[in-house]
Amino acid sequence: MRTMKTPSLYSKEIMKHFKHPKNIGIIKDADGIGEAGNVVCGDIMKIYIKVKNNKIADIKAECFGCIVAIANTSLLTTMVKGMNLKDALEVTKDDIVKKLGGVPPLKYHCSLLAIDALSEAIYNYYKKNNIPIPEKLKDKHERIQQSIESIEKRAK
Amino acid sequence: MRKVYLDYSATTPLDPRVLKAMQPYFTEKFGNTMSLHTLGLEAADALEKSRETVASFMKAQNEEVIFNCSATESINFVLKGIAFANREKGKHIITSSIEHHAVLETCRWLKTQGFEITYLPVDKYGFVNLVQLDNAIRDDTILVSIMHANNEIGTIEPIEEIGRICSDHEIYFHTDAVQSFGKLSIDVNKMNIDLLSLSAHKFYGPKGVGATFIRKGTKIEPLLHGGGHEFNLRSSTVNVPGIVGLAKAVELRKMEMKTEAKRLTELRDYLIKNVLKIENSHLNGDPKIRLPNNANFWFSFIEGEALVVELSSHGVYGSTGSACSSSTLEPSHVLTAIGLKHEEAHGSLRLSLGKDNSKADIDYTLKVLPNVIKRLRKISPFKGK
Repeated sequence: MRTMKTPSLYSKEIMKHFKHPKNIGIIKDADGIGEAGNVVCGDIMKIYIKVKNNKIADIKAECFGCIVAIANTSLLTTMVKGMNLKDALEVTKDDIVKKLGGVPPLKYHCSLLAIDALSEAIYNYYKKNNIPIPEKLKDKHERIQQSIESIEKRAK
Repeated sequence: MRKVYLDYSATTPLDPRVLKAMQPYFTEKFGNTMSLHTLGLEAADALEKSRETVASFMKAQNEEVIFNCSATESINFVLKGIAFANREKGKHIITSSIEHHAVLETCRWLKTQGFEITYLPVDKYGFVNLVQLDNAIRDDTILVSIMHANNEIGTIEPIEEIGRICSDHEIYFHTDAVQSFGKLSIDVNKMNIDLLSLSAHKFYGPKGVGATFIRKGTKIEPLLHGGGHEFNLRSSTVNVPGIVGLAKAVELRKMEMKTEAKRLTELRDYLIKNVLKIENSHLNGDPKIRLPNNANFWFSFIEGEALVVELSSHGVYGSTGSACSSSTLEPSHVLTAIGLKHEEAHGSLRLSLGKDNSKADIDYTLKVLPNVIKRLRKISPFKGK
């Protein structure tokens, strides 16, 4: 007998991560903390990392956002855990979207949010430890800070 | 799992009694109202009887009601029809900032056609200010369009007073009564309403049928030209089964509205009282002057789309005004108009009640909701868990 599939807004993978998000929470003695906000929709994400031998030894995240944003947070943290920092910075929006089994075009910006929060955490780690910061990461940091400022301005 | 539908403001199920009334008009009594033979006359008779039912519900005359396919069509017809028929008199239209998109987008288009639109602000409960309305009226104002009750926050506007102001200034007054029709009593004469839009599927009638009340003597242009149906105001072969369904739904509301409004108001207040016990929860709209079936909240630290989908997985069906759930990624214009910040509108939830909801349904919702909120807050960087 054919059974009716329950209709879903998003892919199975997204719903799996939304239902049971991984690595949620904070790391109290984090080596790097990053926050990113999205000017488009207002979602905010925060990522905490613990670094050992230039690798992400532990990662936790928090998200004030929609289903796709939460799924992104969860997926990205599982993807980069154990990765060295340089490789972690190379993860792209498209990598995430692909792994999530596709997202509606309107939700692409959610994937960028997770990546931004992670690169901010790494930036924060470099800065705290006086490690030279690559130019690309510096530029990214400036762009993200500007978005956060414009969100805060709007919230007032 | 229990299923609790709390989205009656989006749409309602067809009442089985309405379905029964409609059925013969699909198959046996399928005639065209314009035909001269018996089948045609039968269809025309059903149409006119339906017209009488709908007209008498709002104390209108029969020929002051025409049928169409939706409230969106009705609103487009009224706004454009009045604008183009009266542009000699003036090109100014007044509306509010919390109208449905059908009104706002039509106004936006009218602006491109040379009309000027004033959008009245609302207070934190969503009420239009009567002094501001009076002040906004100019010599060239031709139409005021203010909704009877708001679809998101349920606030009931003072339309009787608005009607009086418009009547004093001899300006046409249109009200979008989509959410109130069948829930609140309407007297177009007492309320000085010149034009009114309604839709059947909001009160247990079929989708795809709406109606417009147009006071006799109103200067208006039709949207659709053709065979001259509906007193030359809406050409199209008449959707007899749909209209019979709309009329049956109106007839049933007329009988049951009062007791149902009382029952729903009690359920609504019980729901609101208990939801507000959740920490950092807030009510949108006026606590009392709201639709009997509407409850609208915002919850700090969480996002509405996640909330609605998570509730849905527990069998509770609601809706949200969050930016994440809209096609423009903008938060609800109604919630921002009542002063909610972007991140506050982010966590909004509308629960709209209807005929099949029992107290047990509300109790179930009250059991599920706090846990869902708790889970989402656990994920959120903003605390207050």
